[in-house]
Amino acid sequence: MPVYNLKINGKSHTVEADQDTPLLWVLRDHLDMVGTKFGCGIGQCGACTIHIDGSATRSCLLQVSNVGDMEITTIEGVSEDASHPIQQAWKEVDVPQCGYCQAGQIMSATAFLSQNSNPTKSEIRDAMSGNICRCASYNRIERAVELAASKMS
Amino acid sequence: MKQIQSPSFSRRSFIKTSALAGGGMLISFNLFQACKPEAAPPVDISQLNFNDFNAFIKIADNGMVTIFSPNPEIGQGVKTSMPMLIAEELDVAWDNVHVVQGALDTKNFTRQVAGGSQSLRHGWEPLRQTGATARQMLINAAAARWGVDPSTCTTNNGIISNANGDKLGYGEVVKEAANLDVPENITLKNPKDFKIIGSDANNVDIDKIITGKPLFGLDYKEEGMVYAVVMRPPAFGNTLKDFDATEAKAIPGVHDVIRFGDKVAVLAKDTWTAMKGKKALKANWESDEALENTEGHDKILTDLLNGTEFNTMRADGDVKKAFAEADEVVERTYESPFLPHNCMEPMNFFADVTAEKVRLVGPIQTPAGTARRVAELLERDPEQVSVEMTRMGGGFGRRLYGDFALEVAEISKLAKKPVKLVYSREDDMGAGIYRPSIKYKISASIKDKKITGYHLKEASVNSNMYGLIPNFFPAGAIENYQVDVANYTSKITTGAWRAPYTNFLSFAEQSFFDELAEILEVDRIKLRLDLLQKVKGNTDERIQYSPERLEKVINVAVEKSGWGKTEEGVYQGFSAYYCHNTHVAEVADVVLENDVPVVKKVTCIVDCGIVVNPLGAKNQIEGGVIDGIGHAMYGDFSFKNGEPQDKNFNTYRLIRINETPVVETHFIESDIAPTGLGEPTLPPAGAAVANAIKAAKGIRLYKQPFIKHMKAKAPLG
Ligand code: FES
Ligand code: FES
Repeated sequence: MPVYNLKINGKSHTVEADQDTPLLWVLRDHLDMVGTKFGCGIGQCGACTIHIDGSATRSCLLQVSNVGDMEITTIEGVSEDASHPIQQAWKEVDVPQCGYCQAGQIMSATAFLSQNSNPTKSEIRDAMSGNICRCASYNRIERAVELAASKMS
Repeated sequence: MKQIQSPSFSRRSFIKTSALAGGGMLISFNLFQACKPEAAPPVDISQLNFNDFNAFIKIADNGMVTIFSPNPEIGQGVKTSMPMLIAEELDVAWDNVHVVQGALDTKNFTRQVAGGSQSLRHGWEPLRQTGATARQMLINAAAARWGVDPSTCTTNNGIISNANGDKLGYGEVVKEAANLDVPENITLKNPKDFKIIGSDANNVDIDKIITGKPLFGLDYKEEGMVYAVVMRPPAFGNTLKDFDATEAKAIPGVHDVIRFGDKVAVLAKDTWTAMKGKKALKANWESDEALENTEGHDKILTDLLNGTEFNTMRADGDVKKAFAEADEVVERTYESPFLPHNCMEPMNFFADVTAEKVRLVGPIQTPAGTARRVAELLERDPEQVSVEMTRMGGGFGRRLYGDFALEVAEISKLAKKPVKLVYSREDDMGAGIYRPSIKYKISASIKDKKITGYHLKEASVNSNMYGLIPNFFPAGAIENYQVDVANYTSKITTGAWRAPYTNFLSFAEQSFFDELAEILEVDRIKLRLDLLQKVKGNTDERIQYSPERLEKVINVAVEKSGWGKTEEGVYQGFSAYYCHNTHVAEVADVVLENDVPVVKKVTCIVDCGIVVNPLGAKNQIEGGVIDGIGHAMYGDFSFKNGEPQDKNFNTYRLIRINETPVVETHFIESDIAPTGLGEPTLPPAGAAVANAIKAAKGIRLYKQPFIKHMKAKAPLG
């Protein structure tokens, strides 16, 4: 079985996995990094969102063999102590309900804000529309992204 | 109006205390029943036994309070609001309270079999009494040390004071307090003195959620476990004839392929390999009878509605006579599809079945019942079966059913290994326990411009409305009133889905009254208020909604939403409903963008009694309203030859952030015990939107999802 060297959250990890294994399952099952969630497996829900070289990517669709030496960031790498302004905003607004989708939401939001630090409401709604929240915490996600933007500027 | 009273508890019977070996005091209690006389409160925190008690409070000698609760959390914030009740009466600062949920912390918990769903409504009194009792014991201990009368002592945020100005922290007297008798006759705080109840508290798990810590069932792992993915019959009504696992077994990492009943489990080293193994299985399915289709269901339900075979759930006056004497009869039919739950976290469960015990871990709303069913299935002594609960990535009713726990128990037994069962989204949507498709026919008789009779007929799949639902509004408001139900038994599995029955019934009724107001040419708010007048003073025990409380939410909704005073181009729709003991009114504001109706805002007025945690409560309310709109607009689910036609989010549409209105919430101030919030704001949402669409476009919607049934007439979204 092939061996891969992955750069995740600034550290390097060696894993043995079938080449077609989605990065999602490598993270969850092989590396015990279970913050990245499984929701649909087909790129529709955003629960599995991570960053690849800083851009939001669906890890359920990315095969481990295609990662190469690109930098992977997962929810565990945003900050360990919830001190990142996005996490702070999430906390202030008290976004989560069941919480399951929230890692993916946070990863989409951080990638988005790094490209657009002063977004309008409708830009936020468009940017976050790839992430489903079945509990419909959408009003708060919108507010938290706005708040994070103001914290970061 | 009748309030459901919590049964009163004898504190002696449901609370026991002990001094902990490592220091501190432990209060062990059982929320909904008396402790067994022989139940011994633990003296070591590693020995918490959730068989004899269902929650514990530890007061450490530094005054810190830890609440150990095996309470399931399905996103309703109960895990936050329940400890708030304890902390309030115990009189400690909320910052000094920590909540530990048993699951996932196997070191600290021996066994956890927690009893059923413990809602805030049922916990309201016993949780406060537990806190107040512990506080009194601490006071008694301090008073004894000072040699003063306990009634001269007061507390403030974990500090006890006496009339001389002496002070002692809770932590300083825990040792003595633990050995005192549990006192009787505790007075609870007057709601106006609440400090914690009614103030905002964050979700207690928020830090773990936003940093990606393992919390959910899908995150649960144990050394030596294997992953299982199951092939189930693709169509309801199929049975497994035979299958070929040659290719599946050839995949490196696939450990085993095991048939159980009509299902086949693939066991592998990781989830992905198990999923690949399942795809490689070749199976032949058969069926004895004709398989079901959505068109067939439509016809069957329509025939039922037009037929004569009904069960009467409530009958007042003489509906037949009222209709015979009417000037006019209005009759409308409302139709809804099946709906999957689609919890964000797909179903999953862990089991380790050995000769000695059966250990189950995962997200479940009914741990006790599931433990019992697993024991029956495996023919084991129920004492040997334990269920540990994890956080749940959504429930919506789906996790009331332990089907997945039964599956994994059986697989683990056959494989003789610890097994983690994972559903793919396709498995989750395809092997659901769906909200049944339902049709309502509502008729009203009108005489001299008054509603004289009301006849509601329900045709549903597998089961019908139950409990007090037939006694909800407008029961009691119309002299001649009847509710009849009929059902058709299907092979498609159905069950509870967020706000069972009322999730669609409310749409039907609140749309019907809106239309009646148009037909009668009366103000739509006034029509509802006038009907409520007639319920006042009604002594019928079955009528549990309060006309006064419903009237109040309606009036506040009119005021807060600017009803009738909106700017040009904003169209409003009204809806008010009572269910789950909570009274709600909603106003939807719709605008036309390129002639397409878009919901911009929903004003939601809620009377749920005392609001324990407004921050969490509003989250529930926003979620319920948007969920209600999302499913009314887009939720569609059909069957062809017994097979669900949607399997994943590429074709099954859930509402997304760019389609959501802003939800503005207002609470009615109250000193009545709190009632449910997870469900009651969902049912009125569909009608509020449909009534607003009627105002905007002149189109009246009778079927869900709106998107499908508006398309023919005008595009939507
Ligand atoms: S799990 Fe990857 S997008 Fe849904
Ligand atoms: S918080 Fe439950 S899915 Fe988003």
